[in-house]
Amino acid sequence: MNDTFELRSGDTHIEVHKFFPGSIAGVTILALTLQATFPVYVRRLDFLDLPLLITIYFGLSRRNPSTGLLLGTTIGLLQDSLSGPTVPLGLYGIAKTVVGFLASSIGARLDTEHPVARFALTVGFFVLHQAVMVLTRRLLLAQPEPWFNMHLVVAAAANAVLGVPLFLLLDRLRRSS
Amino acid sequence: MVAIPSRHRSLALLAGVLLAQILMLAVQIKRDSRGRLIRVWAVSTVTPFERAGAWGVVKVRGVWRHYFALQGTSRENEALRTENDALKLSISQLQSKAAEADRLGALLNFKTSNEKVAMVGARVIGASAGTASRTIEIDRGERDGIHRNQPVITPDGAVGKVIEVYRDSAQVLLLTDKDSGVGAMLVESRIQGPVGGTGEPMLTMKYVAADDTVSVGEKIVTSGMDKIFPRDVPVGTVLEVKPGTPFKQIRVRPAANLDRLEEVFVLLTQEPVEFQKEAEAQSTQAQSAPAETPATAPPAAVKP
Repeated sequence: MNDTFELRSGDTHIEVHKFFPGSIAGVTILALTLQATFPVYVRRLDFLDLPLLITIYFGLSRRNPSTGLLLGTTIGLLQDSLSGPTVPLGLYGIAKTVVGFLASSIGARLDTEHPVARFALTVGFFVLHQAVMVLTRRLLLAQPEPWFNMHLVVAAAANAVLGVPLFLLLDRLRRSS
Repeated sequence: MVAIPSRHRSLALLAGVLLAQILMLAVQIKRDSRGRLIRVWAVSTVTPFERAGAWGVVKVRGVWRHYFALQGTSRENEALRTENDALKLSISQLQSKAAEADRLGALLNFKTSNEKVAMVGARVIGASAGTASRTIEIDRGERDGIHRNQPVITPDGAVGKVIEVYRDSAQVLLLTDKDSGVGAMLVESRIQGPVGGTGEPMLTMKYVAADDTVSVGEKIVTSGMDKIFPRDVPVGTVLEVKPGTPFKQIRVRPAANLDRLEEVFVLLTQEPVEFQKEAEAQSTQAQSAPAETPATAPPAAVKP
């Protein structure tokens, strides 16, 4: 099996990346552990969503909608599990499933390697993720939840700022062709 | 050769996975089931890493405080650098130890003054993995006699209640969580009402009638009516009172510092707990302060 291969879409050639064995599972566990640990020490950074950034990154890199959405589902359900019984299983799961699917689908059509593209996509996916969560809360859980506030804008930008260097770091886990 | 699934297969899979999760949500709401098995697996997987992380943070913090943080000052005088570093290193270590001793001393005092009350001390090893809830994870579980709905406190006041228990750890719902609530009353006027969280750092006191008199700065304690917390555990202080119909809007500053929890107590019974009054705390601090404080001495730690 080749380590990388190309998707052909019109005249564009988009490389699909593969990673070292165990790196996706390892990074996922690390992200979830950090997500559950660092608010203990720095509560003000709790708006950072490392599991979401991991979902976006692997979705954009793997460029396979099926694996992207399944990875998003797994990460989301694990995040639900670690968020305590007041968060029903499926709240983060549904949101990250949608993000994983769309990230993979967009990754299969566009070149998403440039930092500016990654920044913009992270902002977009963060807003989408929050929108799906609000929709789930309002429609399925009947919980009143505001659609928009300034905290969302700041959090989206902050996650994107963190995402760009994080994605560059994660690029090192790719197997060279 | 890598097979790439067709667009239709992906869409069908997406629809299936979303439908399954929506059904799972519906089942949880209908049966009040919380997917215990999946949570146990997830928590069991992550808890060892959290423990290791907490250990690592303590070590890194120690190294940072004891060495790296002093590098900037050591450049000021090259000639005295070695001696200066050594002295500052000693001071830093002593400060760190003194602060830790103060903190642990306060906890020990609290426990000693409540010897008859069954309680378990616990270290905070994790927090909720997202902003959807405000929970912490502690390193005590079923093996230590922890059960659901047991109150969690610090010497400063109420923290929350245990909502999930595992073998070696437990999850605590903080008062600041949207779904949290504690039966409370105003100390002076004895007006009762639940105090709950909003997901923000401040709490709210609900169902206080518009014609009741509530003043800013008034203390709030538990009423014991929720059958979880014993009476008279400090909950917070009234920060802001806004008129409303039919109820006032009251914002409350939590008594315990819920943003910086490192050690907590889990009460195993509902026996009343004795909290040190502010005046007593100040008098204790004054008595324990040395007669002559050297210029380089660290600031006295604030005791509950």
